[in-house]
Amino acid sequence: MSQFSATGRLGDILKEVERISPETSQKFNDSIVSAIYGDAERITRKVVRQKGKPKIDWDKKLDDLLTSRLFGIPFMFLLLTLIFWITVTGANYPSAVLATVLFWGQDRLTDLCVWLGAPVWVNGFFVEGIYRCLAWVVSVMLPPMAIFFPCFTLLEDMGYLPRVAFNLDYLFKKAGTHGKQALTMSMGFGCNAAGIIACRIIESPRERLIAMLTNNFVPCNGRFPTLIALAGLLVMGTVGSLGATCIVMGVVLLGIAVTLAVSRVLSATLLKGIPSSFTLELPPYRKPQVGRVIVRSIFDRTLFVLGRAVCVAAPAGAVIWLLANIQVGKFSVLAHCANWLNPFGQLLGLDGHILMAFILGLPANEIVLPILIMSYLATGSMIELNSIEALRQLFVVEHGWTWLTALCMMLFSLLHYPCGTTLWTIWRESGSVKWTAFAVFIPLGVACALCFVVALAARQAGWV
Amino acid sequence: MGLIYRFWGNSAAGGSVKKVIQQKTSYTIALAGNPNTGKSTIFNALTGLNQHTGNWPGKTVLRAEGSYNYEGIAFNLVDLPGTYSLLANSVEEQVARDYLCFGKPDTTVVVADATCLERNLNLVLQVLEITSKAVVCVNLVDEAKRKKIEIDAEFLAAELGVPVVFTAAREGRGLEQLLSAITAVSTGSIINTPYAVKYEKEIEDAVTKIEPQIRKLVGKEYNSRWLALRFLDKDQVVIDAVQKWVTGRVPLNIKTGGAVLA
Repeated sequence: MSQFSATGRLGDILKEVERISPETSQKFNDSIVSAIYGDAERITRKVVRQKGKPKIDWDKKLDDLLTSRLFGIPFMFLLLTLIFWITVTGANYPSAVLATVLFWGQDRLTDLCVWLGAPVWVNGFFVEGIYRCLAWVVSVMLPPMAIFFPCFTLLEDMGYLPRVAFNLDYLFKKAGTHGKQALTMSMGFGCNAAGIIACRIIESPRERLIAMLTNNFVPCNGRFPTLIALAGLLVMGTVGSLGATCIVMGVVLLGIAVTLAVSRVLSATLLKGIPSSFTLELPPYRKPQVGRVIVRSIFDRTLFVLGRAVCVAAPAGAVIWLLANIQVGKFSVLAHCANWLNPFGQLLGLDGHILMAFILGLPANEIVLPILIMSYLATGSMIELNSIEALRQLFVVEHGWTWLTALCMMLFSLLHYPCGTTLWTIWRESGSVKWTAFAVFIPLGVACALCFVVALAARQAGWV
Repeated sequence: MGLIYRFWGNSAAGGSVKKVIQQKTSYTIALAGNPNTGKSTIFNALTGLNQHTGNWPGKTVLRAEGSYNYEGIAFNLVDLPGTYSLLANSVEEQVARDYLCFGKPDTTVVVADATCLERNLNLVLQVLEITSKAVVCVNLVDEAKRKKIEIDAEFLAAELGVPVVFTAAREGRGLEQLLSAITAVSTGSIINTPYAVKYEKEIEDAVTKIEPQIRKLVGKEYNSRWLALRFLDKDQVVIDAVQKWVTGRVPLNIKTGGAVLA
């Protein structure tokens, strides 16, 4: 068949189609759709029988409560608070045990180095640098993750996440964005990179970009341990874990508020447009498969995230050790950098070491706190660090932290740029260097502005 | 229990059993279905992937692919995004539809939710319009049982003219039967005579006029009745694809938002 005649025949067919239905296709379309629906209904009537009413429609009863205008959002916060509380209280003990064991291991490794007669720098580089950073990451991160991930996965498995989207839809619509952003935001609590990938469920490119650019404002699992530890530091000895929970909760609420505010600004400026509507099906509640969820979330998520953190922490530990031990003039490179950053850090209520930790922690947020501890330790005296009390000793007594420092570091941790993996994902998903750059500088700008204002206000008011 | 499983096709309703003639060494199986009916759970169960499957619609955005072996035959499984219809109103629907029409899977498994069969049948009927090589998997029968919904599997299979398998995939029930039904349809040991939606006389007349011409144009390779319906529906995406195929001899392949999704 020659090309020409084939094209001609197609043209004839199209002309024929035009002759049969000259007006717009709507009539045919409606008729086709209604024929299909009619047949589906007819078959269903033949084969399906509802044998009496189910005793109680639990799904509906639950939904009446969980997605009600009045109780929906408060219940959501209650649930989130509960999960944080379980994580905060539950993580303390295993954290301390892990730290004790791992730092005992460090001493044994040092003994080994001495016994082998290895040069001092071997012990420093491998044991005090790499091993210690790894030990910190594992003992600080593993327990909260091992508790938080399964809890969150259970909620997901039950079918609660779409209800969250339903509850928050109104707020996101007000912010000029897509209601499904509530879903991608929720995924961000697990991992921002996962949240970015989840943004694919948003069809409109404009709204998808907004969701991607603001996903970073909810703390991921890499940042939760940092926030939890700092919250513990803030309430030290006064109200205990409940107070710490409330602080973490407050930070999360602030994150959601910033998400909405930045989305609102973006949709009014850079990414103008009207929010598109969508139908969201609320899936049935399902009895979660508790055993499987725990096993899977530990293997798939916890160990995966931990593995990534370990991969990043090992070289970071080495870099920190080198920076702290290479002397330029009177001070180490680390001290030089920290001193240089210090004035800017002070403006934000932080200090040079904290900013250094955030910069070096770009590959993974998990390692910011361990890096900070190492960097303080490298310039201060050695102490055993296996509890919040020891942390307080190091931060408050030796490095002059106030409540403002802890608060500003929490704010900065919540808002600053996304981690390396997330940025790489944003670049892959948006295919644009420009938007990836926005994903760095918008959060960074917000973080600096907020910390600056808070620090300024607190100092002006004389609270510090 | 709720696990009734019947092949349809070897009796008066028009099917015929053939000897298994294995020409292919591997088959491609597509998983279609409404959102949140358990496609991904079935996908994981069949391919042995142990990923966690979230309970929220829209989780599978791109098609996921995996493979398994059954009775010495290799199967490639493609998990399509969940859709309510194939009328291409959204990106997911286009991805799913394009794959079913032009990706030419050897067998399409339509996963349906037993608790709301009617809505799911809309999609089933649309899939059956495209391909006769299909298996309907009625999933979540455990939930349906709890809601005291009873489904007559034999009758359903008779109506649809394709194998119907009942499963409770989260508990692993019915998967063995699903595997053997997929194998039977893929190898051709079962020939289906799928239900065909009858349209108004006006449409049927138009189809009768146009379909022979389309068949002449595309040959047996593509479903001419379905193409005729899309032409009458003035589905520009399909028309453009056919046009391109005709002029350039490019394999029929509709691109939809590929740049964003790739």
